[in-house]
Amino acid sequence: MSTFLSNLISGVSLGSVYAIIALGYTMVYGIAKMLNFAHGDVIMIGAYMCFVMMFNLNTPAFVGVLIAMAVCTLLGITIERLAYKPLRQATSLSVLITAIGMSYFLQNLAQLIWGANPKSFKSVIPSGGLSLMGGSLKISYVTIVTIIASVLIMVVLTLFVNHTKMGKAMRCVSEDRGAAELMGVNVDLTITVTFAIGSALAAIAAVLMCSAYPTLKPTTGSMPGIKAFTAAVFGGIGSIPGAMLGGILLGVIEILGKAYVSSELGDAFVFAVLILVLLVKPTGLLGKKIHEKV
Amino acid sequence: MTDTKRRSDTKMVEHPSRASGPERDLNKRPVLECSHLGIDYGGLKAVDDFNLTIGPTEIAGLIGPNGAGKTTVFNLLTKVYQPTHGVVMVDGKDTAGMNTIQASRLGLARTFQNIRLFNQMTVEDNIRIGLHNQIPYSTASGILRLPAFWKGEKKQHEKAMELLSLFNMQDMADVKSGSLPYGAQRRLEILRALATSPKLLLLDEPAAGMNPKETEELMDTIIKIRDDFQIAIMLIEHDMNLVMGICEGICVLNFGRVIAKGTADEIQNNPEVIEAYLGTQKEDE
Amino acid sequence: MKKSSNTLRKITKTYFPCLLVTAMFIICQIMITTNAMPRTTKSMLVPVCVYIVMAVSLNLTVGISGELSLGHAGFMSIGAFSGVVIATYTREVFGFSEPAQLLSALVIGGIMAGIMGVIIGIPVLRLRGDYLAIVTLAFGEIIRNILNCIYISLDGNKLHFAFNNNDIPGTQILRGPTGVTSVEKIASFLAGFLLVLFTLLVVINLIHSRSGRAIMAVRDNRIAAESVGINVTGFKLLAFVTSAFLAGMGGALFGLNYASLTPANFSFNASILILVYVVLGGIGNITGSVIAAAVLYILPEELRGFADYRMLAYAIVLIAVMLITNNARIKAFVNSIFKKNKAKGGEQA
Repeated sequence: MSTFLSNLISGVSLGSVYAIIALGYTMVYGIAKMLNFAHGDVIMIGAYMCFVMMFNLNTPAFVGVLIAMAVCTLLGITIERLAYKPLRQATSLSVLITAIGMSYFLQNLAQLIWGANPKSFKSVIPSGGLSLMGGSLKISYVTIVTIIASVLIMVVLTLFVNHTKMGKAMRCVSEDRGAAELMGVNVDLTITVTFAIGSALAAIAAVLMCSAYPTLKPTTGSMPGIKAFTAAVFGGIGSIPGAMLGGILLGVIEILGKAYVSSELGDAFVFAVLILVLLVKPTGLLGKKIHEKV
Repeated sequence: MTDTKRRSDTKMVEHPSRASGPERDLNKRPVLECSHLGIDYGGLKAVDDFNLTIGPTEIAGLIGPNGAGKTTVFNLLTKVYQPTHGVVMVDGKDTAGMNTIQASRLGLARTFQNIRLFNQMTVEDNIRIGLHNQIPYSTASGILRLPAFWKGEKKQHEKAMELLSLFNMQDMADVKSGSLPYGAQRRLEILRALATSPKLLLLDEPAAGMNPKETEELMDTIIKIRDDFQIAIMLIEHDMNLVMGICEGICVLNFGRVIAKGTADEIQNNPEVIEAYLGTQKEDE
Repeated sequence: MKKSSNTLRKITKTYFPCLLVTAMFIICQIMITTNAMPRTTKSMLVPVCVYIVMAVSLNLTVGISGELSLGHAGFMSIGAFSGVVIATYTREVFGFSEPAQLLSALVIGGIMAGIMGVIIGIPVLRLRGDYLAIVTLAFGEIIRNILNCIYISLDGNKLHFAFNNNDIPGTQILRGPTGVTSVEKIASFLAGFLLVLFTLLVVINLIHSRSGRAIMAVRDNRIAAESVGINVTGFKLLAFVTSAFLAGMGGALFGLNYASLTPANFSFNASILILVYVVLGGIGNITGSVIAAAVLYILPEELRGFADYRMLAYAIVLIAVMLITNNARIKAFVNSIFKKNKAKGGEQA
């Protein structure tokens, strides 16, 4: 029982990281109608930045996290302006290929700068944890911080989207870009802000992820990125609560699948979920149905 | 005038649901029979209790204000949407449960309000796509270049050229359809629909964006198509000169419901139709 | 007379890629017989053929059918491993000669990948756009995950299969994550050339036939294609499965060209590499795929020291090509630079 509980808790924790990453995917998809394939690699850059600050420059952890967030935000904005903005009118195939190119660019750039060998990341959160149920159930501080952070982010983001002017602009653009533009909404700015928020969240996710799984290499971001996209689709792409729900469910499915079915097929398991969801309910758990007009 | 009136009256007795079709179709099996056709979108009745019968060589018009549900009727007939109520019989066969492809095989072909061509393909290839099920040969004979391939290709080419000659478009055969001028695109879409050898051709605003002279030519062409191919044509159009000029039966739709059916004269004098188009007297004042 | 010369020109244009590869093959053969070709280049001939096959077959899905597939290397891996198993089996059990082994490996590799194409295609092709791309990626990863767990051995003339368990009798051919080792390298340049020619003929003949036009019609406008009675899913599946089949054959040749091979060789990166060839050669352009695959494979291998920057350069070129071909302003800007240079050149002359 306690093994199951501890698996469940680490599933929720992993899922919280997926959820934070998925928020970036889902917001960008909802507003810019594109799959930002490079999002996972922004995470990787964030992790490296934090690593550089903390281990090469010996700054305190919180400075490392803040710098990582700042760099990721700038990176997100730059990527959007340079690569995606000129393609607003292009087909989704071209945009996706560009995004894949960007992802590849970041990975190879990181490899040139930091090398292909994995670096070991030291947790920014003190090790150790709480002992519950007379010591049979241990929950690490990383797990607790991850879960709390994701809940906080979720609450703040929901408030932002629902109660600020920029949030309203985001909802407008995601509903109908043309109409929003006609109503005087600055669409380009809105999309840029969306990328900025998504990328800042990616930095937080990077630190949390590397605190729990402390190896860092240029491809660190790609698998979690794809899985988080899966989570976003699972929850219903474009929906913020959907990303949260999808992320946590996916984390739990992955950990339980690895623990009880087969540890080799953990990834296959996650992707099987994606395929099943898309086939049974392509709009995800909380997504809206889209009609194609004839 | 009285003659028309009497004609439509006698028909109304025979087919209560029918717009007044032409005399020559009187004792033939209608190509289309809709009864109580309708679709609900979660409580909203986009089309409700739509009844219409079209004779095998009739030119029928479907008119109504914007948003009345005209295109939805086309989508229901061609099974882009599945109707939630009613029956559609095409050439005497019930189309319940069919999809778009089966509807096409049964003899329904259409054009689209917003032109839908295969933009990256040539004009001739667009028509050859229309001939897909008319002049078939297998994929294997295509890849292996078997005799069936050469025979089929030759036949497709001849037929495509024959169709293009209808609009004098033979010399455009090798042009990419996406780069054609607007009017030519509309004409190509009609030819592509005709290539499927339909029994009923559905035209969604064929004269949209055409000038009066082009519209005039289009009217002649529509009649010519009907006469040459001996098929029925149903069209949605806002150009009243075209509708009143060539349609033998007209059906007026408003808020998803049929508000009038009859000949051009009957429709023009129908108070409900005038109200639908111009608003009520009270509002006007 | 004029008509026949027109037809000839048309045929030449249609089959230009075939003429091109034949010419390239003849030149290479002359260089080999006159010892004019360096050994490193010679060792690249078979992989170049394989990558041409991969690029052309992927172009069938991406360019002609208009669906972005990110799992093409998955089909290649199925072809590679089943090809190696079949080659070993036919050699040990039937005593096939090398060409016969190769042929059976290619055919079975293609069929296995084709079957996988059907299994994947039926669910995947119901999806559209980005979703379809991401699911093909997912399937590519699943294939690799599963191959990591498969063990096949040959005991006498019986093949044994095991999942996630290496305890099977006989000599092991396929060993999970270790893949295949000490393979007899029976792939030859001639076989590679013939496979390229076969691939080109299949793809070109398909494109210029009734079914190929239907595939392109579905790409250009799905709703209009349905309205004239074209079976949308059927023709998408035809393109996808043909593409998978050809990729499987390419994979089989690839597998028989190296002494050892692991499932990790066919990761997502390998799929992207093939996609780079297709994009840079021009989406939907078969000749472009052939040239891009050949040049982009040989060039980085020849330029030593460039290897570290190769993938970085690919990424930049990929983005640049997309921006130039899709943004009117950037396109105009690039054109104006070229024009200026031309004008300058003219002045100097």
